Amino acid sequence: MQIELRDHTSLLRAGMAPIAAVFATLVICSALILWADVPVLEAYALLFKGAFGSSFALKETFTRSIPLMLTGLAVAVAFRSKFYNIGAEGQLYAGALASVYFGTGLIDLPVFIMVPFLLLVGALAGGALLLVPVLLKTKLKVDEVVTTLLLNFVMLLMVSYLIEGPWRDPMAMGWPQTASIVDNGVLPALLTKGRLHAGLIVALLAAVLVWAVMRFTVLGYEIKAVGFNAKAAEFSGINVNKTVVYTALISGGLAGIAGVSEVAGLKGYLTLDLSPGFGYTGVAVAMLARLHPLSVVPAALFLSSIYVGADSMSRAVNIPTYIADVLVGVSVLAILVCVMLTQYKIRFRQ
Amino acid sequence: MSTLSFNQITKRFGSLTANDSITLSLGDSEIMALLGENGAGKTTLMNILFGHYVADEGSIEIDGQMLPPGSTEAAIKAGVGMVHQHFTLADNLTVIENIVLGTESLWNWRQDMTAARRKLVDMSEAYSLVINPDALVADLSVGERQRVEIMKALYRDARILILDEPTAVLTPQETENLFITLRSLTDKGLSVIFISHKLHEILAISDHVAVLRRGKIVGTIQTVDADRNGLAEMMVGKAVIRPQLESMEPGAPILTISGLSATSHDKLPLLKSIDLIIHAHEIIGIAGVAGNGQVALADVLSGLNQQYSGALELHNETLTDAGPSEFVARGIGRIPEDRHARGMIGDMDIWENLISEDLRSKQVSRWKTIINKKVAIDRAERLIDSYDVRCKGPLAQTKLLSGGNIQKLILARALSPKPDFILANQPVRGLDEGAIAYVHEQLFAARKRGAAILLISEDLDELLSLCDRIAVIYQGELSPALPASSRTVTELGLMMAGQAVQPTPKNEELYSSVKFSAGGTNAN
Repeated sequence: MQIELRDHTSLLRAGMAPIAAVFATLVICSALILWADVPVLEAYALLFKGAFGSSFALKETFTRSIPLMLTGLAVAVAFRSKFYNIGAEGQLYAGALASVYFGTGLIDLPVFIMVPFLLLVGALAGGALLLVPVLLKTKLKVDEVVTTLLLNFVMLLMVSYLIEGPWRDPMAMGWPQTASIVDNGVLPALLTKGRLHAGLIVALLAAVLVWAVMRFTVLGYEIKAVGFNAKAAEFSGINVNKTVVYTALISGGLAGIAGVSEVAGLKGYLTLDLSPGFGYTGVAVAMLARLHPLSVVPAALFLSSIYVGADSMSRAVNIPTYIADVLVGVSVLAILVCVMLTQYKIRFRQ
Repeated sequence: MSTLSFNQITKRFGSLTANDSITLSLGDSEIMALLGENGAGKTTLMNILFGHYVADEGSIEIDGQMLPPGSTEAAIKAGVGMVHQHFTLADNLTVIENIVLGTESLWNWRQDMTAARRKLVDMSEAYSLVINPDALVADLSVGERQRVEIMKALYRDARILILDEPTAVLTPQETENLFITLRSLTDKGLSVIFISHKLHEILAISDHVAVLRRGKIVGTIQTVDADRNGLAEMMVGKAVIRPQLESMEPGAPILTISGLSATSHDKLPLLKSIDLIIHAHEIIGIAGVAGNGQVALADVLSGLNQQYSGALELHNETLTDAGPSEFVARGIGRIPEDRHARGMIGDMDIWENLISEDLRSKQVSRWKTIINKKVAIDRAERLIDSYDVRCKGPLAQTKLLSGGNIQKLILARALSPKPDFILANQPVRGLDEGAIAYVHEQLFAARKRGAAILLISEDLDELLSLCDRIAVIYQGELSPALPASSRTVTELGLMMAGQAVQPTPKNEELYSSVKFSAGGTNAN
């Protein structure tokens, strides 16, 4: 078997790649559904209906996509400079903690200042958390995959300690959760019914902003240059370490904003189940989007529809919601393979 | 009957025909040189022989037997051995371990080296290839490593040996030794295919020469009937004249290096108190075998390494603590050794690579923040035009260009701001004749307008024809730079090997005089 570069990629083939990938994913995962003794087509129909079948379903899918867009952007920016930030989960919680610290009564400002203020402190907290692995990497060459990953658990334990101890809301009747964000700090709802909130606008703006920075600015150029070829970037006079630090601040900041958006837009307070792994799914979103900031939006919507749809499906038929994780994992692999096949072809030897 | 014959081999990659019905034959005890520019199809042909590629048409016969296509195993079994340009040895294993690696069954309980050792000793004697089987490969010189590669092939009973650019990393003396080895191999009946684009080597070693151009055989001639110019013309398709050095009086000192020392991360000395003054209108060559401090010197002179002791002055102003951007801003142009790893970012577009050295300058970006793409594209168009870069335009991806065109981009970026000092590190390595002539012309043009140039090269012919003065670097020490006209290949070769390093006069005496011709002859 040989893999050869194609001469050119036809538009049709490029357009078909994601569709083929989704189809392949559904076929592969149908084996698991059959194993659970559920008719495949019915299960997928339920999944689709649960994600897109009603205005409620659609609103849920969009709501769920907000943190995924933000963590996806966080990962995409970092990976662009080959800084492998696996710690968006921890940075998300750092942002959530900051929003709770400032937003539950310490400060109260008018809503149009309070909301941006909370987003800002959340971003700073997320960025500050990522600064630790970055400095370890640039100063001591400590591998960032390990440090960012392990900081996730540090942050989870930190949150656990705070909401069980000093920050526990005395009014929560013993539940481990913090006090609620003050009214002026809450991200406004976008529609009268449902849970969709202004976090969506924040996430979309962030995607456009990140895209513009990457495309038009010196900083974006430097981030890309360092990612493509750090040695050549260094030779050209780009300060590689400084670029990585800026990248990390942006990346951690975006993940921190995701935490603020979940606390101040959705839950209202902080609990230990604020994020069912949004930080990790962000890696899948970024890979699916091939690290392109604008593609992060549809990629996040796609994955959130799988999660929301699978939740709904598992309530109707006897399939555990874990099928969503399998679907997401398989779809990321399928997309990567399909995109590769648009650029390469496989030749079998006779 | 010929030992090896290619019959009408054709290989296409999409629209490109890499090999166009190639027919060649190689007899017993013969050395055939395969000559051609980069991209002429030499490597493709050898990859087909070795089973890495399957030819679209045609066949290969060894001893009259058809070679099954696409099987490396079959090729090795039929007696084909390949010595790659970049060695495929494990540094942390011994010579004998490297040689037997891959020939043993995976299911042995223990390694039995006695048989292997006997075979190796026999081989050593038969071909007079002297090497200690228990030496660690990491401790071997480049020439010795190449010998191990050859023995690796012989151990697998190779009778047809392919050597891909074998002399690129060798000193002239090591090259001599390699040629002696090759002669002793052919005396024993082996056949050799010698791939190169160095004409004088081909003339020295081969029995006949096959010249490839754009995938086609343009001629096969007996080496005795060949001459340098004729071969060059066959290879390039037209007469190529390398530019000649005009004699010129050196001007004012531009770059002064005094007492420059640098150490590696583990505190080993890389450069030992180097002194050199480079003047306007002057090209100084640094000769030396790779790994003798060239990298460290180039790192300091391109601004990458600021952890050195000693002084570096440009126009009598110190360069201490200046990084690459400041070097460029103050008038230093740099041509890096590895054009792919350091020179250009392959995944970026041409216009992007041409602004990488002055991103925050007024021309390139507004408020040092937003890139002015229009200006950048204009610049790229202008440079593509004036440096004759063959590409689809400023928006083309850089990695799609050939090595020669990438080097032209690097020249455009480094030389177009008209720097006063130019560091040219291996500027023509791996380039074809036409591109080499172009690079030399550009360096001469820079010298003419008054630039001071430091040329680091492993190719003595290049240094002798390009430089006003040549210094030799050996284990971090730099010999005085003496006029190129007083140097010979033999003398330089010995100095590169660390022998007969002449008693040097005090450097200050030599460099205090601007009239070097006088100082130089005295030193000899």
